[in-house]
Amino acid sequence: MHTLFAESFATLGRLDNVTLVMVFHPQYLESFLKTQHYLLQMDGPLPLHYRHYIGIMAAARHQCSYLVNLHVNDFLHVGGDPKWLNGLENAPQKLQNLGELNKMLAHRPWLITKEHIEQLLKTEENSWSLAELIHAVVLLTHYHSLASFTFGCGISPEIDCEGGHTFRPPSVSNYCICDITNGYHGVDEIHASPAGSIPSTESVCEVEALMEKMKQLQECRDEEEASQEEMATRFEREKRESMFVCSSEDEESAATRDVSRHFEDTSYGYKDFSRHGMHVPTFRVQDYSWEDHGYSLVNRLYPDVGQLLDEKFHIAYNLTYNTMAMHKDVDTSMLRRAIWNYIHCMFGIRYDDYDYGEINQLLDRSFKVYIKTVVCTPEKTTKRMYDSFWRQFEHSEKVHVNLLLVEARMQAELLYALRAITRYMT
Amino acid sequence: MEKMARVTTALGGNALTGRTMFCHLDAPANAISVCRDAAQVVVAGRNIFKIYSIEEEQFVEKLNLRVGRKPSLNFSCADVVWHQMDENLLATAATNGVVVTWNLGKPSRNKQDQLFTEHKRTVNKVCFHPTEVYMLLSGSQDGYMKCFDLRKKDSVSTFSGQSESVRDVQFSIRDYFTFAATFENGNVQLWDIRRPDRYERMFTAHNGPVFCCDWHPEDRGWLATGGRDKMVKVWDMNTTRAKEIYCVQTIASVARVKWRPECKHHIATCSMMVDHNIYVWDVRRPFIPSAMFEEHKDVTTGIVWRHLHDPYFLLSGSKDSTLYQHIFKDASQPIDRANPEGLCYSLYGDLAFAAKESLISSDSNRKPYIGDRRHPIFFKRKLDPTEQFEYISSSSALSVFETDVESGSMDWFVHTAKQYALAGRPLAELCDHNAKVAKGLDRNQVAQTWTMLRIIYSSLGTVSSTNLNHSMGKGSTALPLMNSFNLKDIPAGLGSESRLDRSKGESRTENILMDSSSTLINNEDNEETEGSDVPADYLLGDVEADEDDLYMMDHENPHAEEQEYSLPQEAFPLRHEIVDNPSALDHLQDKADSPHVSGNEAETVSLTPVESFSLISISHSLYENRLPSDFFNPIVRDTLLFYAEQGDVQMAVSVLIVLGERIRKEIDEQTQEHWYTSYIDLLQRFQLWNISNEVIKLSTCRAINCLNQASTTLHVNCSNCKRPMSNRGWICDRCRQCASMCAVCHHVVKGLFVWCQGCSHGGHLQHIMKWLETSSHCPAGCGHLCEYT
Repeated sequence: MHTLFAESFATLGRLDNVTLVMVFHPQYLESFLKTQHYLLQMDGPLPLHYRHYIGIMAAARHQCSYLVNLHVNDFLHVGGDPKWLNGLENAPQKLQNLGELNKMLAHRPWLITKEHIEQLLKTEENSWSLAELIHAVVLLTHYHSLASFTFGCGISPEIDCEGGHTFRPPSVSNYCICDITNGYHGVDEIHASPAGSIPSTESVCEVEALMEKMKQLQECRDEEEASQEEMATRFEREKRESMFVCSSEDEESAATRDVSRHFEDTSYGYKDFSRHGMHVPTFRVQDYSWEDHGYSLVNRLYPDVGQLLDEKFHIAYNLTYNTMAMHKDVDTSMLRRAIWNYIHCMFGIRYDDYDYGEINQLLDRSFKVYIKTVVCTPEKTTKRMYDSFWRQFEHSEKVHVNLLLVEARMQAELLYALRAITRYMT
Repeated sequence: MEKMARVTTALGGNALTGRTMFCHLDAPANAISVCRDAAQVVVAGRNIFKIYSIEEEQFVEKLNLRVGRKPSLNFSCADVVWHQMDENLLATAATNGVVVTWNLGKPSRNKQDQLFTEHKRTVNKVCFHPTEVYMLLSGSQDGYMKCFDLRKKDSVSTFSGQSESVRDVQFSIRDYFTFAATFENGNVQLWDIRRPDRYERMFTAHNGPVFCCDWHPEDRGWLATGGRDKMVKVWDMNTTRAKEIYCVQTIASVARVKWRPECKHHIATCSMMVDHNIYVWDVRRPFIPSAMFEEHKDVTTGIVWRHLHDPYFLLSGSKDSTLYQHIFKDASQPIDRANPEGLCYSLYGDLAFAAKESLISSDSNRKPYIGDRRHPIFFKRKLDPTEQFEYISSSSALSVFETDVESGSMDWFVHTAKQYALAGRPLAELCDHNAKVAKGLDRNQVAQTWTMLRIIYSSLGTVSSTNLNHSMGKGSTALPLMNSFNLKDIPAGLGSESRLDRSKGESRTENILMDSSSTLINNEDNEETEGSDVPADYLLGDVEADEDDLYMMDHENPHAEEQEYSLPQEAFPLRHEIVDNPSALDHLQDKADSPHVSGNEAETVSLTPVESFSLISISHSLYENRLPSDFFNPIVRDTLLFYAEQGDVQMAVSVLIVLGERIRKEIDEQTQEHWYTSYIDLLQRFQLWNISNEVIKLSTCRAINCLNQASTTLHVNCSNCKRPMSNRGWICDRCRQCASMCAVCHHVVKGLFVWCQGCSHGGHLQHIMKWLETSSHCPAGCGHLCEYT
C-alpha cells in the first residue's frame, strides 16, 4: 500500500482523496492509477491540455466540482489557456464539437449513432482523427464514471482546493481516513462501528436474507427453468422498472459557479428511454462485447489502452474477498454479476445468458435507488442514500460496490460509443 | 478446365463445380457449417437459422429452421455445426447457454430435437466428434466444457478449465480421445475425453483471448490457433512441450482459422473486427497472404471449406447478411500487386536494391552500371519439392551500390550541424557566426546567404544607420574573398565554369537594370552614407556572383558526366528570375516613375559592366527608404524553399530557427513541419542527439515541439540485484539499499550519474572516467569489462 501511495504521489504530485478511498482495494487502485496515468501523461494522440480539458468537460456534466477543480489546476499547469475555462464556447471549435458527444455519453449513450461520429470525423479544419476520438471517448467515459465514484463515496474537496479547508477528513461518509494510514490496513479492521450505528437486528436479518436468497438461487437454478418468453419479459420488466426507481430525495447538490460554465444545456439529463416515448432497440452484448470487439478497436487506434482498460474491467469484475458483512467465505460472484448486469440493464445492454429475475431477488429497493442515482445522476447522491443501503456492510464493501458501478458504467458508455465508431468504419 | 479435371479425381467422381456467388440473408450470420456431401450449407445467427442448398449458379433456400410465432432465445445461435457422419444431425449453441440438437429427419416443421440447458452462460462453440455419431462437445463462457451423448438427456462429463471462458473446442481429427480447448485468458488446453478431472496439458498460446483453433486435417500433431493479439500460430503438439512452428501476424484479431484441405501449409483466416477480408496464408510465408477474398462488406463471421477434400471452394457468412461461395480462381492474390523490389538509401548515399533474382540478372546483363562498385548478394529460398503453387517460389537478390567516398561524404553536414549557433545571441552575431562556419567548410553560397540575412534583418529597424555602416565594413573584412570588383576573377579561380557566366549574364540583364537603379535611388536619397555604401554594394555584389558559381559546384552531381552541366544551367536562370526578381521588380517599377530615377538611367548603363548589385544592395538601399523589414520576406522565403528543394534542409531549418518570428508566418506550417522532421531525422541518423533535441526545442511547430515530450521515461536497474527498479526514488525495493552508489567512492550519487549498461554499476561521472582511464574492469569488482565512450 505504501508503494502504491508513493507511486501515486510521484505521478500525480499529490495524494488525492480518490486514491485514499480506493486504497481499500489496492489491487484495483494500482490498475486504476496506471490507466489514468497513461491516459493523462503518456504518449497519446491528444495534447496534454486537451486531455485535462476533456476531463473537465466530462466531470462538469455531472457537476462534479471536485474533479473539475483538480483538473483546472492540472490544465493550467500544463499550459492550458485560462480563457478556455470561461466556458466551452471559449475553447477551440474542435473541443466544442465534442460537447454533443459528451452530453450524450453522459446521459443517453444509446442515442449515439454513426452519424454523430461522422460529424466529428468529417474532414474539415476542426475535425478529429480516429485515434484522437478514441482517446477523447476513453477520457470522457473515464471521467463520467469517476464522477459517479466521487459522488458515490462522498469524496470531499482537496485541501488546496476551494471548499477543502475543513477539518472533515476526506472520507467515506464519516469513516475517518486516518485510520487507514495509521496502520489498520485492509478490510478487517472496520468492525469499529460501521456508520456509527449498532447494527439492529432488523438489518442483520437483511444480510441473512440476502445470503439465503443467493443460496436458493444457486440451488434451484437447475430445477426452475423459466420459459424463453418469460426471460425476455424479465429483462424488459427490469429495464422498465429501473426507470421508476427514483430517488425520493431531491436535494440539489451544490454546484459551484466554476462548474456550470461548462454546460451549454443543463436541461439535458438522464432520460429514461422508454419513458421518453421512442423505442430504443436493446443492445445485445453477444453482438458487440468489450472482450471481442471493443478491445480490438481501442487497441488498434490507441495502443496499450485497450490492454489497460481490459485489465481494469477484469479486476473490478472479479475482485472479491469472499466476505459479506460479517460472513466469511461467501461466493459473491452472483451478487457482483447481478450488480454489473443491473447497471448494464439500465443502459439497455442485455446479456442473453442472464436471468434478470435474479436482480429483483438480490437487490433491494434502497440499493437500486442508490445504484441508479450514482450511475445516472451522481450529483443527486446524498449521504442518506449511502447510509441506507446494505446497512451493516463494511465501508470497504460499499466502496467495492462503487468500483463495480464505476467500471460497469464506463464499459456501458464505451460499448455504445465504440459500436458507433465501428459502424462508422464499416 | 484442367483444374476441374483435377478436382474430379480428387473427389472420386464427385466433382464440385460452381462460381463465385452470393445470396442475401435476412439477418447477420454468426456461423456457418456444411453438410458432408458439400451440397448444403446451414447459416445461423441471432435472427436467422436456415439451410441453403448450393446449386451450380446460386444458393437456394431449402429450409427455415426458425419456426414458431415468437422465436425463443434458443434460436439465437452463436455457433452451428453439421455432423460429418449423419447428414440429418445439426447442433447449435445458443447465446443463452442452451445447446440444441436438430434432426432434419423429423416429419414435423419443428426439427428441434434435444435441449441441453446445463451451461450457465453463453455457449461459444459446439463440436461433433469426427467419427462418433452421438458425441457432442460444447464450450461455454462459464468456463466449462461438456460432453453430451445424444442418446441421453444429460451431459456425460463436464470438464472444468479452471480458468476463464472457453472460446473454442475442437476434437482432434486423428486422435480419438483428444480435444483442444482455447480460453479467454490465452491458454490452450488438451483434454482426454475419458478423464474429466484434469487436462492433459496446458500452454499459453496468445496474449489475450484465443478465439479459435483448428487441427490440421492431415498432420495429427498440428494445431492452429488464432487470437485477439492478431496472430495465427501453428503448434506442433507431438513433442512434450507444444512448440510454436509458424506464426502469422495479421492486421486484426483473428476470429476463425481453417486449414485448407489438401494443402499442407495453407490456412484460411477471417477477423473479428475492422477487417472484412478472408485471407488464405501459406504459413511458411507469413508476411503476405497467398490469396484474399474481398467480397464482404462487414466482418466475416464464419468460414468453411465446402468439401473436406477440395481446396478450391470456400464458403463464408458475414455480418453484412450475405452468404458467399468463393472460388479460388477468383481470389485476389496480393503477391501480384506487391512491389517485388525494395530500394533504400543509406546515410552516406549508398544504395541498396533488392529484387527478384531473374530481374536483376537479366537487367545487369543488358546494361552494366559504370562507375559504381556493386556488391551483389544473393538470397535464395530453398524450394520445397512438394510445393503445389508456383507463385510461392521465389528468390531474390540484394545489391548494394556504394557511392564515391569523396562525394558521398557528409562531413560537412555533421560539422555544420555541430557548429551552427541557432539561438542565444543577437541575430547579427548568429548570422555572422554561421556564415563563418559555412565559409570554413568551403560552402560559400551558404555563407553568403547568412551574411545577406544579417544585413536584411539586423540592419533593419533595430540597428541605426551608423551601426549599419559599421557592420558593412565588418562584413567586408570578414569576407576576404571579396576583394575584387571583377567578377571574372572568381570563375577563373574556380575553373571550368566559364560557360556559366554567359548564361548568368543573360539572365541578369533585367536584374542589372533594376539593381543599379535602386542603388541610385539610394545614392540620391542618402548622400551622406554614399561613400561607405557603394563599395559595400560592389563588394557584396561580387560575392553574390561568386556564390552563384559555387552553388554550381556544390550541388553538381559528382557522378554526372561533363555534358550534364547543361542541367544546372537551366536551373540557374530560373532561380534568378523567380527568386529574386518578381517582388522586387514590382516595387521598383513603381519607383521608376519618379523623375530621380529616370534621371539616373544613364548611370545605370555605366555601372553595368561592374555587374550585379542584386539582393544586398537592394536591401541596403531600400532600408534607407524606410521599407518595412518584412519587405524581403518573400525573397527570403523563396531562398529557403530553394535550399530545401536542393536537399539542404539543414540550411532551411537553421535559417528558420534563427530568424524565428520574422519569417515564420511566410511559410506555411506544413512545410515547416516537413523541414523540421526531415532535418531531425537526418540528425538522428547521424546520432547527433543533442543537436536534434536542440532543434526540437527551438522549433515553433507544435507537432515538432512535443516530439521530445514523448517517451521520457528512463528505466533503471538496481545495481545490487540487477532487477528493474519498480519504485521511483533511489532505494531498491528488493534489496533495501540505495541503488545509485558510486562504485568508486561508495557515496550516493546525486547529480550526474554514469553507469554501465552491461553490469549496472556506475558512479560519479568524474570518478568513473578517472577509473576507466587506468583499468578496463568495472570498479565494483564484478568482473565486467566496462566501456566508457
